[in-house]
Order: sequence, then structure tokens, then C-alpha cells
Amino acid sequence: MAQPVLSVRDLRVEFVTRRGILKAIDGISFDIGKGEVLGVVGESGAGKSVTGSAVIGLIDPPGRIAGGEVLLSGMRIDNLPPEEMRRVRGKRIGMIFQDPLTSLNPLYRVSEQLIETIRTHTNLSAPGARKRAIDLLAEVGIPAPERRIDSYPHEFSGGMRQRVVIALALCAEPELIIADEPTTALDVSVQAQIISLLKRLGREHGTAIMLVTHDMGVIAETADRVAVMYAGRIAEIGPVRDVVQNPLHPYAKGLMGAIPSLESETDRLVQIPGSMPRLSAIPPGCPFNPRCPYVFDRCRVERPEPIQHSEHRVACHLYDQSSARSEAVA
Amino acid sequence: MFAFVIRRALQAIGVLLAVGIISFAMFRFAGDPVNQIVSLDTPAAEREQVRRSLGLDDPVPVQFARYLARAVQGEFGVSYQFRQPVSDLLAERMPATLELAFCATLFAIGFGVLMGVYSGLKRDSFMAKVFQTISLIGISLPTFLIGILLIYLFSVILGWLPSFGRGDTVRLGWWSTGLLTASGWKALIMPSITLGLFQMTLIMRIVRAEMLEVLRTDYIKFARARGLSTRAIHFGHALKNTLVPVITIVGLQFGSVIAFAIITETVFQWPGMGLLFVQAVQNVDIPIMAAYLMLVALIFVLINLAVDILYTIVDPRLRTSIRQPA
Repeated sequence: MAQPVLSVRDLRVEFVTRRGILKAIDGISFDIGKGEVLGVVGESGAGKSVTGSAVIGLIDPPGRIAGGEVLLSGMRIDNLPPEEMRRVRGKRIGMIFQDPLTSLNPLYRVSEQLIETIRTHTNLSAPGARKRAIDLLAEVGIPAPERRIDSYPHEFSGGMRQRVVIALALCAEPELIIADEPTTALDVSVQAQIISLLKRLGREHGTAIMLVTHDMGVIAETADRVAVMYAGRIAEIGPVRDVVQNPLHPYAKGLMGAIPSLESETDRLVQIPGSMPRLSAIPPGCPFNPRCPYVFDRCRVERPEPIQHSEHRVACHLYDQSSARSEAVA
Repeated sequence: MFAFVIRRALQAIGVLLAVGIISFAMFRFAGDPVNQIVSLDTPAAEREQVRRSLGLDDPVPVQFARYLARAVQGEFGVSYQFRQPVSDLLAERMPATLELAFCATLFAIGFGVLMGVYSGLKRDSFMAKVFQTISLIGISLPTFLIGILLIYLFSVILGWLPSFGRGDTVRLGWWSTGLLTASGWKALIMPSITLGLFQMTLIMRIVRAEMLEVLRTDYIKFARARGLSTRAIHFGHALKNTLVPVITIVGLQFGSVIAFAIITETVFQWPGMGLLFVQAVQNVDIPIMAAYLMLVALIFVLINLAVDILYTIVDPRLRTSIRQPA
């Protein structure tokens, strides 16, 4: 495999609080290749957004990166001085946030925000930056961009604003885009448009995309691979079709079982009993063990490390060859 | 926008009418004006003549209409104590008060915004804590005490600054200014600080709170994710978003600074409208008090209008809502 655009190695993020250190991200590793879309799913608080923030270097105190490495095209970026990291942000990594209504500064015209960003990262003159801004708006599908560019954010609809946000993230043709719940705040019909826009941009520019969402439908449609996160760890990571159709980790099984299907008639959706533990009360061993239907003694004491299993990597003792229980589920 | 200004102007006229009624009522309820003019041993017939010559025997609405008609032309009658037209007295005193209020506000905005931004950005730093302490003093110490303490320190002990008056003034037409002489500047320093300290601490606290609020918003996070420089984020994106509440406060406080310069002007014997008003109260000089009331109301109304217009300049969202009223 060619060198991945983003490579995260054993990343740990901690939040120092009065009640001790909370491990928000506890040793996760993954790669994203050129033009690839990695979906990151999980419940609220699983650490999806924190992972995105850690990659782009925007973890706010009291949070901090406590260990591991983040490599962007082979260059380590997690330990860059703040001023150099600032130049990576926006230029080499773009980020899109959940709510397009609040992501844009309400007091500035769209043109001002685009031109400011373009001129921060390139040597373009003001008219050149304006021309590029218009091209970008056209590329993200804003009709009549020459006319719309001088509008204020509140004069756009939600979907159009998210397109503007995407244009802003694309200003300097970044290698990687982190999209943190980009469609959650939008109507379903607009969601589909934004998703196909992201996909098209990724394909045309070879941009790697890290798509953080809790919407399995979005993942199934968009992602090439998917990482299922649980309590700050990756439970399972693999090609999206495999993970959706044939999940291995009991948590992933539960998650996929909870997706309503149009084809089969089910009376009740499967539900995972219990809820994710608070960061301050993660059980020893496998964090999923109190809710796992297949739990056995080893899960309560020993933390499962990711194991390669066919094309998946899964952190579960059930798939460890040395474990006697492996056939029981398969 | 034009319709908005017209609407606001009509509201302003309503407010001024109400204040006009109150200030007119002062003449009738604070004793018989004739008694203020004549001496104790004036015969009754002469009193009646004075009453008639002043139009005080007309029905009350007629008197009120006449009072308003004159007020619109800037005529507020003759001061009982100075035997001069009130409008001349006020015009003579106004430059002093306006210059003082202007400098005090400038001082309050300049230092208030700077300290507010600084303590909003570095809220755990030593200086931010110093600023917080200063603001506590500014909020809790009464104005006259600050003035007296400043006089004690800089005039009595150090002898650097004059303890009263405006210093030398230069006349530019009808406007007498102290801004063109060194002694005028020196005389302006302590009254400005005294008058502006409360405003400064208020502005500082608001800017700080707003900065903390704005820095948490998504668009600031997004601006950081776009790799904009810290300077552009803090001063271009964050500070501008804190301006709407700051403009409100500064505007309303500028009105108060002019209206309530009374105490500062008394402490520093500043020859402004406030001092005139205090003397008027002591001597029951109702024409001056009434005119002062009207003038202060007019200033507040004008400032409110200016603040509303400034809002729309700062925040484009308000422009649309004004153009198409809901």
C-alpha cells in the first residue's frame, strides 16, 4: 500500500479534571489512504469528534494528547509548534463541523471569509483570491456564485451554508478533510446532496476524508472503510460492506442490528442493553463487557488488543485463536 | 432604513413630549413662579401685573403649548438667579461638559476594551487578575471619593495636576475649548478618569464576558480549523462579535456620563452644565432645571437613535430585519 495520507498510531487523549484524568481516546490506530473515505461511527461520547480534533490539533485544555503519533503523508504533526500547526490547519487538513448555521461568522460576507482563508494559505492577490473563491463556490454547487459571494451567511439556507463551509475547508486543496457530523443538522434530502458532494470532491481531488458520524446510513453510502468506536477505542475497523453486513465485534453486531431495514420485516429493532460507560467509570478489561451478550471471564480482566481477522481488525477476545470460545460464536 | 429612522424619530418626539410635560409641571408645582420673581413686599396689584405679563393667567394647556413652542426654538425662559436667558447659560456651559464627557468616554472605551480583551484572552494571567481587581474598585467606590482621592494624591501631595477648574480655554466661535492648551489638558485628566472609571470597568467586564462567550462559538472553532492567524481570529472575528452589547452600554452610558457629570463637576468645580444644575437646585432656579431636564432627555433620545443605527452597521442580520419588519 502506498503511503497513507493520514496515519494515526496508538493515539491517546486525556482530559485532566478535578476528579482525575479521563481517557477520552485510549490507544487508537488507523490509516486513511489517498481518495479514501474512512467512516468513524459510535455512540455519543465514544471519542469520534475528539479523534478529529486531535488530528487537526484543536484539542482545547484541559484536554491534551497524552501519547501516540499523528502522521500526515509521513510527516509527524502532533508535536509541531503551535504556529507551524496553524499553517497545517486549513492548508493541508480541512475541517467541516456539524452545524453550518453556526460555523460561519455572521458578521462577515461569505466573500470576506473565503478570501481571508485563501490569502492566509496562498500568495494570491485579492482579486485572484476572489476569483478562486467564486470557482470554489461553483465547485461546491452554489448557483450564480458571482452574485451570491457577497451575501452574508444568514442569507443562505442550511444546505447552502454547509456548501459554503465545505468551500472554506477546500480553500487550499487540503490532503485530508475531517468532516465532523457534516449532515446531522440538515434535512434528509439535503443530507444526500452534501454526502454526494463530499464523495465527488474526494474522488476528483484525491482528498482523503475522515467522516465522523453516528448515522450508519451515511457511512454505508459514503465510506470505503469504517471504524466503529466504543469508549475511546476502536472496536472494529474494516471495509464498509463487510462491517455492515458481517460485523464481528459484538458491539458492531448490536449497532448494525439497530439499523431499520426496508427489505425484511422486523417487529422490533435489536437494542444494545445498557449504555456506554462514563469516561470516569470505564470497566477493567474490555470496556464493552458489562453490555456484551458473549462476555466471558477473560473479558473482565484483560483488555483485548486489535486482531486481524480476514479484512477486519477487531478488538475482541472472541476472535483470539488462543481463546477457547472462538468457535462458539462463529 | 429611512422608514426606520422616521419611526424612531416619531417615538423620540413622544418621549420628549412626555418629558416636556414633566418639566413644565415643575413650574406649577414647585411654588408660584411669581413669588420667585417679586420681592416679599411687592403689592398684590403689581404681582397681578407680573402674572399677566408672563402669561401665567392663561389656561394651563395654552401655557404648555407656549412653553413647548418656545422650547422647540431653544427658548427656556430667564434664569431666576442670573437674570439671563437659560439657553445662553446652557450654551456657555455645554462645551465644558461635552468635552469632559467625551474624554471620559474615550478613556472608558479605550482602556475598557483593551483590558477586557486582554483578560478575556488570558483570563488566568496575573495581569487579568489585576484588571479584575481594578474593576472591582471602579464598580464599588463612589465617584466623589475617587475624585477626592485623586485630588489628594496628584494635586495636594504631588502637585502635578490642578485640583479644580478647566485651565485656560480658547474660544472657537461660541465654543470654548480647553483642548488647545496644555493647562486645559492637565485640568481634564483627573475629572475624565473620575467620570469614566465606572464606565471603564463596566465596559471591561462586558467585553471580557462577551469574549469568553464568543471564543467558545463554532465559528471561532471553524476559524481556527481554517488555520487563520490568532490575531485575525481574536481581533477580526471575535472582537467584532462582542461589539453589539458594548455599543449598547457605551451609548447609554454616554448619556449618563453627560447627565450625571454633576458629581464630578461639583468635586472638581468644573464649569459645566452639571455645576449649573446643582446651583439651580440650591436656588430653586426652575427654568434652568426644566431646561436641563429637556436637554438630557434630548441627548438620551439622540444617543439611542445613534446606537440603533450603529447596530445595523455592525450586524448585517439586523439590516434585513429592519428592512422587512416582521
